Amino acid sequence: MSSFWTIWVSVLTLGTLVGCYLLLRMCLKNFAGVPEGEPTGHTYDGIDELNNPPPKWWSNFFIFTIVWGFGYIAVYGLGGWNGLSGWQSSNQGILNLAESEQKSAFAKEHGLLVQYDREVAAADAKYGPIFEAYAKQSIEALAADKDALKVGQRLFLQNCSQCHGSDARGTTGFPNLTDNDWLYGGEPEAIKASIMHGRKANGMMAWSAALGGEQGVKEVAAFVLSLSGRDVDVQAAAAGKAKFAMCAACHGSEGKGSDAMGIALGAPNLTDNIWLYGASQRAVETSIANGRAGVMPAWDKILGEQKVHVISAYVYSLSQK
Amino acid sequence: MSNKHEKLEKNVGLFFIFTILAISIGGLVEITPLFFQKATTTPVDNLRPYTALEMEGRDIYIREGCNVCHSQMIRPFRAETERYGHYSVAGESVWEHPFLWGSKRTGPDLARVGGRYSDDWHLAHLLDPRSVVPESNMPSFKWLAENTLDGELTAKKLETFNFLTRNRSHKDEQGNAIPLYSDTEIAGAKRAVKGKTEMDALIAYLQSLGHALK
Repeated sequence: MSSFWTIWVSVLTLGTLVGCYLLLRMCLKNFAGVPEGEPTGHTYDGIDELNNPPPKWWSNFFIFTIVWGFGYIAVYGLGGWNGLSGWQSSNQGILNLAESEQKSAFAKEHGLLVQYDREVAAADAKYGPIFEAYAKQSIEALAADKDALKVGQRLFLQNCSQCHGSDARGTTGFPNLTDNDWLYGGEPEAIKASIMHGRKANGMMAWSAALGGEQGVKEVAAFVLSLSGRDVDVQAAAAGKAKFAMCAACHGSEGKGSDAMGIALGAPNLTDNIWLYGASQRAVETSIANGRAGVMPAWDKILGEQKVHVISAYVYSLSQK
Repeated sequence: MSNKHEKLEKNVGLFFIFTILAISIGGLVEITPLFFQKATTTPVDNLRPYTALEMEGRDIYIREGCNVCHSQMIRPFRAETERYGHYSVAGESVWEHPFLWGSKRTGPDLARVGGRYSDDWHLAHLLDPRSVVPESNMPSFKWLAENTLDGELTAKKLETFNFLTRNRSHKDEQGNAIPLYSDTEIAGAKRAVKGKTEMDALIAYLQSLGHALK
């Protein structure tokens, strides 16, 4: 803060404090023209107004607040001056994340009192070693550690439940994580990669036009449903089977999905009667006609690898029962 | 009767002026200097203007009163930064007119909600919040998906923001001010939003939040 604004702030603040004191002193003087405790001569409805001063406790308290104000300024500062304590709520004038870290490091090195940094440092000292220890263990090992799973579950509820549900069973469009059916692999490292970097489905295109409109879509939907043993119109399914060749590029010739082929396209297994976008004939038709493209956001920058590691263990544990 | 108070107490005009003086001191001390501090008027490095679609989404955010229940201001407390990300800094809001920091959190803070959820999630959530978050008490905003933008006013909105940010310090080599939106962007604004739904615009806006400090 430039010296002009420091002066501006200081003059106004100190001036107000002094002004309040002078005003109080003036008001405590007797201007009524009659001695204290005597009637002022104002009478309303038979009630006399006496010339009573403000209560002592009140005027003393007023003076106390003014003294407090000066004390507060001495500790916390005024204008460009940070006070005797050197207190700051957080680092100021940050223009990017790297600079934020630099300023925190600088404050730590020079022992500056940045309250937010201190708070974070205290938490890191307390929780850091716990996550540190978890990070050294494999996801499989963590999945057998009850305490780690509790930590993982808390983090999951805070960050993942909005899409996948608090029971991790998902909802329409957001995968169930407890059924051991995976779009991008259920191995511990695959789960971790999904959380760390997110997943963007290559996207199932809208097939309506390529399949010759509604009839074609209905036929393919019938065939797809037949793959998981559902009752379908046999004729339609037979017609759909011929058209399914177009779908096989991503879903595989048997419809077992890209994961079974070992590639990360995110094309689901169509033979297990698990339906991300709804199990009805109508829902499957909608998926085929309009296409689908699920997106899992990347969490590495939001949560950091150590936390993702613990969440991965929790998610992995859900399908290991 | 020589009561000096009487002059003030029996003169409404004078009393009014003294009242204004008394209550303006707080603002003069705490607000006015911030208009002139480099630390509060310098945009953060990655700040970019809203696209035309995001700008329309921002107006829908204001129209629907999202800021009444959602703040966009992460305070420097660990309890907040653990949940929402890095605390908000002044340089993120320098082109905000008006700012939408909010003062009440019925729902979570949205200052860094961009990229946290997929577009599909926002769609499902705005149509029926309880379909994804069962305990949510947020209203449904179904009509946003039905209303289509015509883009008639979008260019004007961008021009208005050029006016509001006319004092920013971006200059080209000749020292001419670079406006927030170029003429090309303003000319293409209508085309960029026409036919999109209000839902598309709002989701685009939400996904942009917090982009400048990631």
